[in-house]
This record gives sequence, structure tokens and C-alpha cells, in this order.
Amino acid sequence: MTAIAQKPAMVAVPRRSRASRFLRWMRSDIRAVLSIGFLLLLVLVSFAAPVIAPYPPNDQNVSLLLAPPDAQHWLGTDDLSRDVLSRLIYGAPNSLYASFLAVFVAVLLGVPAGLVIGFVGGWFDEVASRFIDALLSFPPIVLAIAVTGALGIGLTNAMLAVGFTFAPFLARLVRAQTLVVKSALYVDASRGFGASTPHIIWRHILPNAIQPVIVQVTLALAVALLAEAALSFLSLGVQPPSASWGGMLARAYNYIEIAPEQMYAPGMAILLTALAFNALGESMRVALDPTMKRR
Amino acid sequence: MLSRAGTGKTTPMSVAAGKVSDSEKQVSTSALLDVRDLSVSFRDDAGWVQMLNNVAFTVKRGETLGIVGESGCGKSLTALSVMGLLPKRGCRRTGAIVFDGRDLAALGESGMRQIRGRQIGMVFQEPMSALDPVFTVGDQIAETVRTHFPVSQREAKERAVEALASVRIAGPANCATQYPMSLSGGMRQRVMIAMALVCEPKLLIADEPTTALDVTIQAQIMELLLELGQRTGTALLFITHNLGLIAESCERMIAMYAGEVVEDGPVESILQRPLHPYTAGLLESLPGRRAPKSRLSSIPGRVPSAREMPVGCRFGPRCNYAAAACQEPQRLRAVDDRHVRCVRASDLALAGAGV
Ligand SMILES: Nc1ncnc2c1ncn2[C@@H]1O[C@H](COP(=O)(O)OP(=O)(O)OP(=O)(O)O)[C@@H](O)[C@H]1O
Ligand code: SF4
Ligand SMILES: [Mg+2]
Repeated sequence: MTAIAQKPAMVAVPRRSRASRFLRWMRSDIRAVLSIGFLLLLVLVSFAAPVIAPYPPNDQNVSLLLAPPDAQHWLGTDDLSRDVLSRLIYGAPNSLYASFLAVFVAVLLGVPAGLVIGFVGGWFDEVASRFIDALLSFPPIVLAIAVTGALGIGLTNAMLAVGFTFAPFLARLVRAQTLVVKSALYVDASRGFGASTPHIIWRHILPNAIQPVIVQVTLALAVALLAEAALSFLSLGVQPPSASWGGMLARAYNYIEIAPEQMYAPGMAILLTALAFNALGESMRVALDPTMKRR
Repeated sequence: MLSRAGTGKTTPMSVAAGKVSDSEKQVSTSALLDVRDLSVSFRDDAGWVQMLNNVAFTVKRGETLGIVGESGCGKSLTALSVMGLLPKRGCRRTGAIVFDGRDLAALGESGMRQIRGRQIGMVFQEPMSALDPVFTVGDQIAETVRTHFPVSQREAKERAVEALASVRIAGPANCATQYPMSLSGGMRQRVMIAMALVCEPKLLIADEPTTALDVTIQAQIMELLLELGQRTGTALLFITHNLGLIAESCERMIAMYAGEVVEDGPVESILQRPLHPYTAGLLESLPGRRAPKSRLSSIPGRVPSAREMPVGCRFGPRCNYAAAACQEPQRLRAVDDRHVRCVRASDLALAGAGV
């Protein structure tokens, strides 16, 4: 009878307190609110691109090559006389996709690998860690170029390659965290209550080891955005005529002597987005810091 | 609510209850837990070192057995051996651990998973770190229920709240939604006990359950453990370095020294007349049976390291009664109502605790 009366309370209380905790955190951290707001805006722009862009991305107006900003073209036109603002807007989804794809691949490969290496330990850890160190000793961009070469050119392949190069970083981080967490008494204790190994890894080690990973992931989103620019620069990334910020930057670079202002728009877009990811990561690091009392 | 959790044999548990009762009848005359010749060795850079040497004891159904001994004598290793929680690498265990008619030592990992938490519950010494910080205590107890019973998430949560009520936590439904971080040490230990008892095990191993708590809380937790043991018929294996706590709570006890059982018998008679000089030393360090506080400090000397064990009596170097015969390895022999590992047990007249 009492149990029935308690049921709704049991379900509702944690949910409400979690939401209010989140609100309190938002209020106390303007930087996080701004960066989340900016990123949400980007997502919105990405979905609404065909509606809000003034011109189709590949529309040419041959009379205007590398034109400076004016009333018709707020950010000017590029070397093929396309509207820069429209290409920037159409580039947003591509750039975000690129960045998230790379990090998704990195998480998918790196987190389970780190968990298993850390949990199994022993000689397996020795061997696997050496292998990770070897991967990390390559300059990432060289590795990415090599992988792109193997997979073929294109935005998706380029970002898969970037994801591969990030994975060992995450694997190493997760392994280190796993080593710490697996020796915690609550892991032994849950074994003492009959929990199986997969259950322990999934339900106890992963949630406790993941916090620094979440921070690294937001930072990796920023790095991936820059990597997209770098690979597009080397013509390994987005293929014309598709728009991406990295690709726009790469094109603009060719005309730096005659129209340096061409670099501003994609450059600023990349910079601001990377900053937003970074700020979000910083805020999460503070918010998740275990030395600061949780709740 | 309290009474329902107390009688306990209701809902999800009744699923397995029918199955268990047959075997219970079969072996009800024998001990619940019978540990025979348990030896445990660890490997390090210099080779194998033996940490437990032929440990043997029994726990009867519903009984409270105390294990006492100085730090490092192998109490926790004994508990972990029974639970099958010794490290897998670099560790060797021999001997038999017969629980409820089955040899746990011969049981595989998946067999042990059915035992842990279900047949044998364990309360750890450090309540501060034995609960997972990222889940609410209600979730954690419910998880234990769902490990062993095919019940819904909701039923498991109800069981968790009942279990919290049974360890006399006020506002159990609210407590279930708390994270361990926000609970005091005493509360966490209550939660641990609730979790260990939620599946109604036949045996509860409590490894220094009160050591990390302050004195007033210690008494409450002890009282709770004993009361729950009595009410549910759960046998209790109580590990401590504080003989005073054993004097207050147990019927039988074993004293361990350097990885061996040195004395084994009824608490009352051991307190009156210890037969092993080590037990007598532990008794001396009791300020009086009413105030069991001091750590074992009155026995001079230190436990020999496992690599430099004396060939003869392991307690020899610290023993005031050592004689020539003590140079021989000592075996556990029956004297009166107990077992003692001392060649001079019958000729020494050792002082008991002045009651
Ligand atoms: N995993 C391990 N590897 C090597 N040696 C170990 C391991 N676990 C325990 N030991 C050793 O086994 C011996 C007995 O340890 P145990 O933890 O059982 O002592 P204890 O009686 O519980 O002491 P305390 O009162 O301090 O808890 C100690 O000397 C310890 O160093
Ligand atoms: S056997 Fe000898 S040394 Fe050992 S406890 Fe007995 S009297 Fe002391
Ligand atoms: Mg111990």
C-alpha cells in the first residue's frame, strides 16, 4: 500500500532534480549557454539552409567574380561568382556532418578498445598500448592522408580517416580511466553481488570512466572541423561543387593576393564553431570535475 | 511495510524458495559453510608466497561466527576465497569450500555468480567506496535483485525500497533516489547491508563492517546486523580485529594468526580461558568487555612476513611461553571444546578476560 503511494515519487524525483540541476548549471555558466546557443543555431541553419539561403549554392552570376560585399551579395561572391553567404549556409551541414562523423568514428573505435584494453590488462595491455603508441607517433595529418589515399577521396572518407587518427587518443584516455575505475571497490563489490563481467564493464566501468572522454569529444569536434579544412585544402576533402567551410577556405586561399577578404567568412565560421566546441568542452570539464561535489 | 520486508519470504524470493527448501532438508544437520584446508598463495617477482595455510572452519545455519586477528593475518582473503573473488592472475587456491552441500571451489565463474549476492551476501569494510557513485542507491539495490530474479524494473525498485526500510532507514523511498555521495558513512553501510540482504542469502559475510565508522554508529550497525541475522535466519560470518565486538555478538569464534587458524571454539569459553597464547594476548588488549575499543597493540613484536615464516610455531618469536617443542610445525589439535594450534595448550594456564 505504501509502496504504491511511493511509486510516482520514485520515478519523478530524480528526473525533476536532474532538470533543475541542469538549469542551475546553465545559469551559473554563461560561456556554456552561449556556445550551446551558437551550436544550436548552426544546427538550425543547417536544416533550414534551402529556406534561408538567398541563392542556390551553385548559382553563378558571371558578371561578378570575387566581388566584395554589397546589398545583393552580403558577403560577396567567390572565384566562380557564387554567393558566399549562400555557400556558407549550405556549407554548415557539410562541415558539421564532417566534424561529427570523424568524432563518431573515433568514439566507436576508441572507447570500446580502451575499455577492453584497460579491463583485460596484463600482457594484452602491454601489446595493445605499444600499438597505440605507434599509431600516435605518426603525425595525424600524414596518417589521415594515408588513410584517405586507401579509402578514396571525398568528404566522408576524409572524415573517416580523421576519425581513425583520433581513435588511438581516445583509446589511450579510456584505457587509463578504466585502469583507475576497475580497481575501485564498487567494481569488486558488484562482482560480489553476482554481476557478470560484461555487466560490470557496461554498467559500472563505462559510466565512471566516460567523464573525461565527454570533454575530449567536444574538443575533438573542434579539431575535426579544422582537419576538414586542412584536408579540403589538400583537395582530399569535400569535392566541388559541394560547399564546405574548409573547401571554401581552400579556394579562397588561391586568391589571397587579389581578394584576401574571401577568407574571412569561412575562416570566421570555422573559428567561431571551433571556439564554441572548445568552450563547451571547458565548461563540461568544470561541470563534471569529480573534485567538485556532484549534484 | 517494515513487517513485510521483515518476513521477507514474500514476492520475488518465493520463486526460488521452493527449489531451495528440498536441499535445505537434506543437509540441515550439516554445516552451512564448511571450509577445509583452504590455502591461498600469491605470485610475485620472487615466486609464490603462501598467505593462507590450511584454514578450516564451519558456520552452522543461522549461527554467528566471528573471525578475529591482527591486520594482515588473512581474514579478508578467507572471505574473498569463499566468495570466489580472489584475483584470477597470480593467485592459487586449494582446499574445499562446501556451502550448502556444494563445493564452491569446484564451481566455475558462472556458477559462482548464482551464489554471490543470492546465497552469500557480503558487506565490505569501506562503505564510502563500495557503492557506485554514478547510480542512485535504489538503482543499485534493484540491479542486484534483477541479477538474481526475473522481475520487472518496477518490482525490483519496490524490493529495493523495502530492503532500505528493513535496515531502518527513515524515508526509504526518498533514500532510494539518493546518490551515495550524499549519504553519510553509517547510511551507506546500511545501504550495503540492505543490498547484501535483499536477495535473502543464507550467509552474510561482513568484513569489518563497522571499522570505518565512528563509535556510536558502529554499535547501531552491529545491532542491526545481529537483529537482521536473527530475524531472517541468515548465518553471519563476522570479521573483525576487535575481539570486543565478537565477545558481544558471536557464539563461536576463530582466531587467526599469520594465515592460520590458531584457536577455534565457543566465544564464552575462550574468553574465560584462552588456550592459545595469541588469543590470550588479544584478550589482554581488551580494556574490559564493556568497552571494546582498543586496537590490538599489547602483543609485542610483529607478524612475520609471509616469506620469512618460522618453521615451527608461527607465533613463536612473539610468544612468552615458547619452548623446545615449539620449534616443530604446529598442527591444529582438539583440546576440550575447541581446536588449538599450540603444543603447550593443555599445560599453560592463560588468563581470561576479567569479567
Ligand atoms: N592480491 C594480493 N596480492 C598479493 N598479496 C595479497 C593480495 N591480497 C592480500 N594479500 C596479502 O595477504 C595477506 C592477508 O591479507 P588480508 O587482506 O586477508 O588481511 P586482513 O586479515 O584482512 O587484514 P586487515 O585487518 O588489514 O583487513 C596480507 O599480507 C596481504 O598483503
Ligand atoms: S606452540 Fe609454543 S610458541 Fe607457539 S604459541 Fe604455543 S607455546 Fe607459544
Ligand atoms: Mg581485511
